[in-house]
Amino acid sequence: MAENKRIDEPTGTQTVGHEWDGIEELNTPLPRWWLWTFYATVIWGIAYTVFYPAWPMLSSATAGTLGWSSRGQLQAEMAAEAQRRAPIVSAIAATDIAALPANAELMQAAVEGGRAAFRVHCVQCHGTGAAGSPGYPNLNDDDWVWGGDIGAIHYSIVHGIRNPDHAETRMSMMPAFGRDGILTSAQVQDVVSHVRVISGQEPASPSAANGAALYAANCAVCHGPAGAGDRALGAPRLDDGIWLYGGSREALTATISNARQGVMPRWGHRLDEATVKMLAAYVHSLGGGEANPAPVTAATVAVATPAEAVPAASR
Amino acid sequence: MNAASDITNSPLGQYQKRKGVYPKAVDGPFRRLKWAIMVVTLAIYYITPWLRWDRGPYAPDQAVLVDLANRRFFMFGIEIWPHEFYYVAGLLIMAGIGLFLVTSAVGRAWCGYACPQTVWTDLYQHVERWIDGDRNAQIRLDAAPWGLGKAAKRLSKWAIWLLIAFATGGAWIFYFADAPTLARDLVTLEAAPVAYATIAVLTATTFILGGFMREQVCIYMCPWPRIQTAMLDEQSLTVTYKDWRGEKRGSLKAAQAHPGDYGDCVDCNQCVAVCPTGIDIREGPQIGCITCALCIDACDTVMAQVGRPRGLIDYVTLSDAETEKAGGVVPPAWRTILRARTLIYFGIWAGIGLGLLFALGNRTRIDISASQERNPVYVQLSNGDVRNSYTVRLRNMETRPRRMEVGMTGLAGGRLWQRGGSADTAARTISVAVPADSVAKLTLFVVAPGSGEEREDFALTVRALDREGGGDAHEVIFDRPET
Repeated sequence: MAENKRIDEPTGTQTVGHEWDGIEELNTPLPRWWLWTFYATVIWGIAYTVFYPAWPMLSSATAGTLGWSSRGQLQAEMAAEAQRRAPIVSAIAATDIAALPANAELMQAAVEGGRAAFRVHCVQCHGTGAAGSPGYPNLNDDDWVWGGDIGAIHYSIVHGIRNPDHAETRMSMMPAFGRDGILTSAQVQDVVSHVRVISGQEPASPSAANGAALYAANCAVCHGPAGAGDRALGAPRLDDGIWLYGGSREALTATISNARQGVMPRWGHRLDEATVKMLAAYVHSLGGGEANPAPVTAATVAVATPAEAVPAASR
Repeated sequence: MNAASDITNSPLGQYQKRKGVYPKAVDGPFRRLKWAIMVVTLAIYYITPWLRWDRGPYAPDQAVLVDLANRRFFMFGIEIWPHEFYYVAGLLIMAGIGLFLVTSAVGRAWCGYACPQTVWTDLYQHVERWIDGDRNAQIRLDAAPWGLGKAAKRLSKWAIWLLIAFATGGAWIFYFADAPTLARDLVTLEAAPVAYATIAVLTATTFILGGFMREQVCIYMCPWPRIQTAMLDEQSLTVTYKDWRGEKRGSLKAAQAHPGDYGDCVDCNQCVAVCPTGIDIREGPQIGCITCALCIDACDTVMAQVGRPRGLIDYVTLSDAETEKAGGVVPPAWRTILRARTLIYFGIWAGIGLGLLFALGNRTRIDISASQERNPVYVQLSNGDVRNSYTVRLRNMETRPRRMEVGMTGLAGGRLWQRGGSADTAARTISVAVPADSVAKLTLFVVAPGSGEEREDFALTVRALDREGGGDAHEVIFDRPET
């Protein structure tokens, strides 16, 4: 058809020689460098497949001569990040837990590190927002069974609660008043009434008055005469609005009859020192964290730390 | 379509070798205007990053700085934060409408005078004429076989081009970092790799686009000529060859021999010789014409020499060309420039500009945003109170540290404190120091009596504690347990 090429009169442009029902195509040539650019992209593409992983083979793709892989890049980035964090982590490990809140910068780093560690190790029971669920305490509130200063939180994490094979664990044993026959079923109901009265959930009643005497005889030794609890013994407050196992009649009846023996694993031997401290810092930062105990009481605690006091009390 | 040469050899094939363009030096009013615009635009480009602007100790002192690392854009007295990027968007829209305005009034003036491709190509062609000589010498040198002399000329030309390209790419990066510091780091090889890479890329593109691609960029790569073709109308000024006056072309001798047979065009080809895109304007308006008006200068010079009136090639609108051809009276130029279309474009352009200025004058430099913590939504406290927590961001957009007071309106009995602080310090307000030109992110605990609405609206507020004052509020919700 090449012989059909002619110059189109109005435009002065040559036609390519095709003709369909009288319609012809003008030949407006592209610049030749355009073609070179195309060849350059082809060469670039081939070179890329040589240098980088590209061609699918039977078991895996070709590796590429540069040895680059996305997995390797990730590993390098993770290693760089670990190296960046190393001095901070070792500084946290070297800092005394009670002194950590005083160092704002280190505390901030510890809180953020603890947030990540919490997601891995703690959310299964305490929930992603640390709000807990029945039997698993809410760590956001200001009600602490074993103490809410950062040292006490740290101790709880390191040694756990009611670990059977660990001498220093947090240990408290409430008797099963109903099941073991210490109190009759009716007496249990009276104690429930009394507890609901001191926690402000019920008006005073004859049943509660009976319960008050039973409480004084059986419960006050640990929970205190007014139900304020005793952290040294791990005896929870009964006069507030927060209940680990629920504050309804049914829940309290079950608690007094059968007792509750919740267990938390100890983390001291599973996680490194810095991680445990970061977890303590994170839990302490959730809003219920308390200040370090005053130095005068610290001296007393030094003589009888919770570790020594608790087993002694439960023996 | 059968031979290999069919593909590469123009005009028979589908691909075309670039025709050499050797624009001849010319002088005239438009050429001098182009010189002036080149000097001004290049000066703005090279000098701007070195201008200083005192903003106090907490902000950079570079007058124009695009601080990508810290996400700030400084332009003299104005600082733009990322959330204020609509100012930049507004400027871009103004630039777009400004091009519409200019195009509808004076045609492709941007292409002919101010486009960087035009300015740098012009600069490179000037260097070329300085080394190789004018048009004829360049054509001869191009055709000459490679020898010592040609190699020396080529190498020196390319070296100067490279130097200009390097200065161009080098100047660009100074807009993105403190210029004196970066210049020192560049010399001592301590600058960031991206700085060197940017210089390398821009040096290469300037060298290639200005030295070799030239008019090919305008004709094949740039979308703007196509858009401008659509923007032009009968009232837009374009460079026009007045064929009704020029035809039939003929030499002076021929015209003297046969008076009345010939027009004013003496067919000297000067308009083609000076054209930087290598076109013949006498073929009529075409996409290759960037309306640089150098052919007007060339033709006017020739007309003066042969004693004929100037303006055989001139800025004329298409409709004026028709009028003039028919012997009518052409309205003055301001009538074509001040017409409804250009005035509407100018109105939109100026309206956006005024709107931006107004917004700039009214913008606040202090700002609070708060979002409620959703996990958990509320926390029951042992004394019956309820606690919510909020992530609060305080923006201090001034270039000095400020002390601010965060408080609340509504929520009777509510008190707040900051995470890391103690609940014992809870109060209606807290005082926070916010560093200069930054956002302070706080977690606020808000505690309120447990009795009340299940979802209560209130606002967290911020107020500057210094003399200038200013403040902001953000509505949030306080959640309580279901009762």
